[in-house]
Amino acid sequence: MGKTLYEKVWEAHEVRKLRSGQSQLFIDLHLLHEVTSPQAFGMLKDLGLRVRYPHRTFATVDHIVPTHDRTEPFQDPLAQSMLEALRANTKEHGITFFDLGSGNQGIVHVIGPQLGLTQPGMTIACGDSHTSTHGAFGAVAFGIGTSQVRDVLATQTLAAQKLKVRRINVEGRLAPGVYAKDVILHIIRHLGVKGGLGYAYEYGGSAVEAMDMESRMTLCNMSIEGGARIGYVNPDETTFQYLEGRPYVPKGSEWEEAKRRWLAWRSDPDASYDDVVTFRAEEIAPTVTWGITPGQAIPIDGRIPLLEELPEEERPVAEEALAYMGFSPGQPIKGVPVQVAFIGSCTNARLSDLREVARYLKGHKVKKGVRALVVPGSEWVARKAEEEGIAEVFREAGFEWRMPGCSMCLAMNPDRLEGDELCASSSNRNYKGRMGSPRGRTVLMSPLMVAAAAVAGEIADAREVFGVGAR
Amino acid sequence: MLEKFTVIRGRAVPLRGEDIDTDRIIPARFMKALTFEGLGQYLFYDERFDEKGNPKPHPLNDPRYRGATILLVESGFGSGSSREHAPQAIKRAGFKAIIGESFAEIFFGNATAIGLPCVSLSPEDLGVLFRMVEENPELEVEVDLVNQEVRFGDRTAPLFIREEAREALVEGLWDPIGELLEAGELLDQFDRKLPYPRRTE
Repeated sequence: MGKTLYEKVWEAHEVRKLRSGQSQLFIDLHLLHEVTSPQAFGMLKDLGLRVRYPHRTFATVDHIVPTHDRTEPFQDPLAQSMLEALRANTKEHGITFFDLGSGNQGIVHVIGPQLGLTQPGMTIACGDSHTSTHGAFGAVAFGIGTSQVRDVLATQTLAAQKLKVRRINVEGRLAPGVYAKDVILHIIRHLGVKGGLGYAYEYGGSAVEAMDMESRMTLCNMSIEGGARIGYVNPDETTFQYLEGRPYVPKGSEWEEAKRRWLAWRSDPDASYDDVVTFRAEEIAPTVTWGITPGQAIPIDGRIPLLEELPEEERPVAEEALAYMGFSPGQPIKGVPVQVAFIGSCTNARLSDLREVARYLKGHKVKKGVRALVVPGSEWVARKAEEEGIAEVFREAGFEWRMPGCSMCLAMNPDRLEGDELCASSSNRNYKGRMGSPRGRTVLMSPLMVAAAAVAGEIADAREVFGVGAR
Repeated sequence: MLEKFTVIRGRAVPLRGEDIDTDRIIPARFMKALTFEGLGQYLFYDERFDEKGNPKPHPLNDPRYRGATILLVESGFGSGSSREHAPQAIKRAGFKAIIGESFAEIFFGNATAIGLPCVSLSPEDLGVLFRMVEENPELEVEVDLVNQEVRFGDRTAPLFIREEAREALVEGLWDPIGELLEAGELLDQFDRKLPYPRRTE
């Protein structure tokens, strides 16, 4: 019987069994940011421990960074102190830190792949649930809490339990105007936000194989919104093409050897899965959320469900969502006015996301009264977007072109919703209060759909607004 | 020596709602700090207080449940962000255990690692417990991790928890750092064997 990539990686990294029955798992790559690490360094100090293998940890600052003016000290002294704590901690322990202005600062899940830190077959941990993003490369990557950040700093290992594996096939071809974001929203809509509990998701099938790496990252990124701590795609030629030549990737003869090694991690053709689910790519439409969990999603042409159409156990949250969002059951989602449009986050702020939007946005204007923001995923993305003229297309259309960070996705910096503003967002979470206002409302969608909402001033079908597929 | 969690006794506060995410448990703006100190006061802040800071009707503001040490929740509790701030806030607000139908993966692991047991009951038993606690806030609830049951009133309900986590809590092994460090030389072997990213340009 063959093995899945998850099983192979697990076996290669299992140091030993712990007395509780958990496994001690070796972590190849550890990523840090300023929010979940200072307490871990504090615990390390209290225990008199050092960072055991500093060459396996890399840090950046993303959550609290202002995106309009980064002059230090920041206006928010708490944000400044978090940045300074990370600077001091990484310096003291000899950890590479991609600081503001280094050219490589950015959202931690954008810079890992961009620098080639993320490689197939690795175990990757970070104190951030969207670490699942790195699974796009065939890595076993997952979010951890701060106590586990301490464990990884001190030992490069953590206590873990093996998950089951669900294979999710997406077969066929995605229609024009339908993106990886729509695919993952569609999957979560059908499998539920708890569907992935206890599972790692292995994505495959012809539609996934046809995706570029940045689309695969979007797909894996939101595994956690589906309840799965881990999501991955088997490494292939697309993976290798993306990685070749990146700063932390092997070169020359080592490159050939690395590719051979990476290919061997792929799930065997006769691997067995704990569950298999198949979706048809043609059935996936541009998808948007209407509620307060990422599973509350509908196709753009759809209506918000009537309570009686929903399974009984979903009704209480649906009622709560309708009350919070101010929507009526049966109402179409198209045409709902938006006050804010946000393109950014670890889900959708990579160069290809911005490139795709710019392709269609040229010649259009953001509707008067809509506050529209683009927050590129990293300094590198921002620089390339300037070079390619993408930034100018956004500015010309009336978007504010900001500096990289997590920004409004979780509003730990000055970017936030006010009152009950409704935001069309390319981020990953539509939870109550997520974007900084306790009454703020988030509607998740692909970056192109956000641009369409910005231009139309309401939730709209990007295919109609931009004539997608017509050209 | 870590505390061994065998039986946890106390009154419970019923917090209804499915898929309660960690942003609700502790809104992100309260994570702007270098330590976990004082987080307990911000637990469910935006659900408990309006924008002016006035208390709203909420089980955690209900004087009848003041001093409760067991948090009663429904399914999918702790979804979303991996912030350990969420279980830290719950623990620092005085809770010793959480009883629910199911818990998000990362939340469960984080809670276990700080010695905050999360146990599951069948939907039926959980429904009965909710009703009984709502009717009688004084009800004494016992979470027995050794015999794997929750006792309340004249009922005994089997509890479910991943065996490794139960073992870790009962044996006082829930904070694994000591045992992880014991691997010593074995860690160096893995570090030598497994590739790590090296700058090549």
